[in-house]
Amino acid sequence: MGKVIVVTSGKGGVGKTTSSAALGAALAQNGDKVVVVDFDVGLRNLDLVMGAERRVVYDLVNVIQGEAKLTQALIRDKRLESLYLLPASQTRDKDNLTAEGVEKVIGALKTHFDWVICDSPAGIERGATLAMRHADVAIVVTNPEVSSVRDSDRIIGLLDSKTLKAENGERIEKHLLLTRYDPARAERGDMLKVDDVLEILSIPLLGIIPESMDVLRASNIGSPVTLADERSAPALAYFDAVRRLRGENLPVTIPGEKRGFFGKIFGRKAA
Amino acid sequence: MNLRRFFFRSQSAPAARERLQVLLAHERLSANGSDLVTKLRDEILRVIANHVQLDSEKVNVRMERGAQVSTLAVDIEIPLDAGKKAA
Repeated sequence: MGKVIVVTSGKGGVGKTTSSAALGAALAQNGDKVVVVDFDVGLRNLDLVMGAERRVVYDLVNVIQGEAKLTQALIRDKRLESLYLLPASQTRDKDNLTAEGVEKVIGALKTHFDWVICDSPAGIERGATLAMRHADVAIVVTNPEVSSVRDSDRIIGLLDSKTLKAENGERIEKHLLLTRYDPARAERGDMLKVDDVLEILSIPLLGIIPESMDVLRASNIGSPVTLADERSAPALAYFDAVRRLRGENLPVTIPGEKRGFFGKIFGRKAA
Repeated sequence: MNLRRFFFRSQSAPAARERLQVLLAHERLSANGSDLVTKLRDEILRVIANHVQLDSEKVNVRMERGAQVSTLAVDIEIPLDAGKKAA
């Protein structure tokens, strides 16, 4: 039985889709069978970020409504043969997602894949609550910025009340993924530090993804950042996050912290 | 940016941290419906409405949520004949 992960945040634009694609690809790069499911019905983007936008035939809503089989809707990644995408519908709205339909799809995916990654839409409505409903693990994507932290707090509340696990009296595993982190600005005191966010949200840290041009470059070419440039700082951070997700006890380092004198001057990573 | 501002500008992250801590302390309480200040506000208005026909334009409620202490101010204009109308 595969593990179901929801990538969520409340706030839009913090990096849910980027992170879903990057984590999904990183897991598949290790040989695991992974499917990334786009729950953003009406505003799908995961297909674009993963470079599969021209190959979408059927989508999640088609499968739920019985208009297509799950196997017809799944798109296999061209670069990684164990990575699949289940796109959202672009034309229908989120009312087409039914609780029973989603349960069936997730149930079927769990038996075929090692990891089912649900890319949640922003907000706290139907799409977001259905994306988190069947999750075993939640990854809360947060930017070191007040509105993002506030929305993450709200989402953590929903994870603890609206998920199946919570309703059955179990605890849902929650992890914080801090994205777009700029160590220099945090050091200057103009950005919330890692410890500030951790203290406020009090969930364990899965990883810190540095603010980086590489993320935009990867989405420009339609490739998860872990595939586009495996040695880039954000890719390395996602690979580490995946190792922690697998249960490895790997200390979290703040990206750019080990910058040497020359690194500082030239603004490049020392390692 | 001039040099003075560059060197003497105060840090903004501590303010962000403090504002979030106060806000979230209150929001977490109101999420499970146990925010006392909100409860008081609603109950006070309900009690007054039992006796006086409230004109929403004439009711002014202010709340200030602090880290240690919150304040609630309910300011209502009660016309001389209001009691008769409600009765």
